[in-house]
Amino acid sequence: MWERIQEKLEILADAAKYDVSCSSSGSKRANANKGIGNTTGTGICHSYTEDGRCVSLLKILLTNYCLYDCAYCVSRRSNDIQRAGFTVNEVVAITINFYRRNYIEGLFLSSGIFKNPDYTMERLVRVAKTLRTLHRFNGYIHLKTIPGCSEELIHEAALYADRLSVNIELPSEQSLRHLAPEKSKESIIKPMSFLHDRITALADERKVIRHTPTFAPAGQSTQMVVGASPENDLQVMTIADSLYKKFGLRRVYYSGYVPVLSDHRLPAPGTPVPMIRENRLYQTDWLLRFYKFSLHEVLNPQNPQLDLDIDPKLSWAFRNLDQFPVDINKAAYEMILRVPGVGISSALKIVEARRFKKLDLTDLRTLGVACSRAKHFICTSDNRPRDVVASVLRRQILQQSKYQTTLTSQMDLFS
Amino acid sequence: MKDLLVYDGSFGGLLTVIFEVYERKLADVSIVREDLYQPHLYAAVQTITRDAQKAARVWQGLQKKLNTESSEHFYKSFLSEERDVEDTLLAFTRYVLSAPSGAERNFAHPAVLTVMQLSKKVHREKHRMEAFVRFQQTTDGLYVATVEPDFNVLPLIAGHFKDRYADQSWLIYDDKRSYGILYDEKAGRVMEVTEESGEPTVSTDDQGVASITVHDHEAAYQTLWRTYFQTISIAVRKNKKLHLRHVPTRYWRYLTEKQ
Repeated sequence: MWERIQEKLEILADAAKYDVSCSSSGSKRANANKGIGNTTGTGICHSYTEDGRCVSLLKILLTNYCLYDCAYCVSRRSNDIQRAGFTVNEVVAITINFYRRNYIEGLFLSSGIFKNPDYTMERLVRVAKTLRTLHRFNGYIHLKTIPGCSEELIHEAALYADRLSVNIELPSEQSLRHLAPEKSKESIIKPMSFLHDRITALADERKVIRHTPTFAPAGQSTQMVVGASPENDLQVMTIADSLYKKFGLRRVYYSGYVPVLSDHRLPAPGTPVPMIRENRLYQTDWLLRFYKFSLHEVLNPQNPQLDLDIDPKLSWAFRNLDQFPVDINKAAYEMILRVPGVGISSALKIVEARRFKKLDLTDLRTLGVACSRAKHFICTSDNRPRDVVASVLRRQILQQSKYQTTLTSQMDLFS
Repeated sequence: MKDLLVYDGSFGGLLTVIFEVYERKLADVSIVREDLYQPHLYAAVQTITRDAQKAARVWQGLQKKLNTESSEHFYKSFLSEERDVEDTLLAFTRYVLSAPSGAERNFAHPAVLTVMQLSKKVHREKHRMEAFVRFQQTTDGLYVATVEPDFNVLPLIAGHFKDRYADQSWLIYDDKRSYGILYDEKAGRVMEVTEESGEPTVSTDDQGVASITVHDHEAAYQTLWRTYFQTISIAVRKNKKLHLRHVPTRYWRYLTEKQ
């Protein structure tokens, strides 16, 4: 029996691994009445794979049998691979037993689409329901919403899951039609919009009625495959930006396409994974969500593609040299945030510390500012940059930079 | 002459020493744990016995000055077991008790800065242990894990595991420090156990790994977990350096997936 389960786990974990989301944060679920588990709000990465990605959840497909034939997907109908399927009880048993051994924070369950979307979604919901009700499991549950399933099922899923997600898959409707002919933009957007409305409505209700049911407390996320289709970064980020704004998504994940299949519509196997581009997209995502940039400042029709050799914040600074140098002791927090080499926590510390004394470069270094970069963009009593010429400085920074290493160190943003 | 105060290595013991320093108005002192004590020619050596009441008075005095967060930093930096941490904590105490409130955030003061830095290190190790503990189920249903944390973090993680695994009895054993924390599901509380107290089936063999009789399906789940762990890595994205930064080799010994 164990051998068969192991074989299935191999197949179904392998098929799920290209979904990059593994976050177990955003939900605080206490362990009620001596059940199993809790979620603490911040999430825990229990291990890291050899590619450096965090392992927080048991991420598997319920089955990789699929009716659809999406070109970029290993589990597509026309791909000749081993197929397998777990029963509801098998998934529940593995989840509970992994959890009890402190291997994982919870379950991330997705599935190929068998029979029809409702039938598939119903099985996913049943796993979550069994875990929550029969086993009183309070760990993290992330369920995939199957495009095209009924709203009743989505509603029920949200009652048991911490997070729901439906993947936007590709950055344009045209590519979606081209590469995922059975999926439509509408079938993806509809569940997102439905969930967003429900979550907002329940949040309003909660202000008046205390005991409203827990409803997807960690919200929704989505993923876009980049590099499988010809869209530029502006198109990718425009979609992401509108998803954040319109549907209040917690996270948009960008997944550099890993060529696993031969298909004339796709980059050939062996084509390198666009990892640097993926990293730049995440950096842009961070600029939008945490650094108070608006999208058109970072990407616009004149600059539709992100620089690969320098990060988007630095490129923005080069395009807007008239806004520098910034006086660290006087400038507004928002402007300090925009200085290359200054992160959020050092920006906050600067604003705190300058109330007590006038800060110079030495102070900034102790506060954690990357001065080798920042010194070109700020003035302090001991630092006054001469006229910055973008092209010269760019060359200089590229020469002394540890780009190769910063690149890998920033890869852990995936968690 | 310098006074060398020797204490038993417990937190209460250290607080008692601090009490005595104030009580006897000692100026030039150094505090040392008894297991690290070496006879010293130019110091007057005194052994201080832990006294719960004296310790409580010092702790209350500190808490009047410190907010919860700073008290935590104080305790956590003690758990670092770093050489001379006692002297730093004494200097810290002297400084915050004499300075106006808020002084514990003056990072320009060396003791304040050191306490903060040590506390951060210990906190990071605590978080690591919450992630890296790997339980094995024994025949009698107890879940047992062995760890060797860099710092003495078991007291800090007990609450997390108690909340999370409220319905299973578990034991986390620190092999470096030869003690463990045991949660008894029926009693609903966590207690400290040492090897001598014979609690309950932990005996260490020469590799130092707790030898236990594991449950019938324990091996099967371990294999499943290893299978899962190996399967989900994407070969073309391999990044060994990043992997090692997140999971340093010194932790591998007790990580099921790295066996």
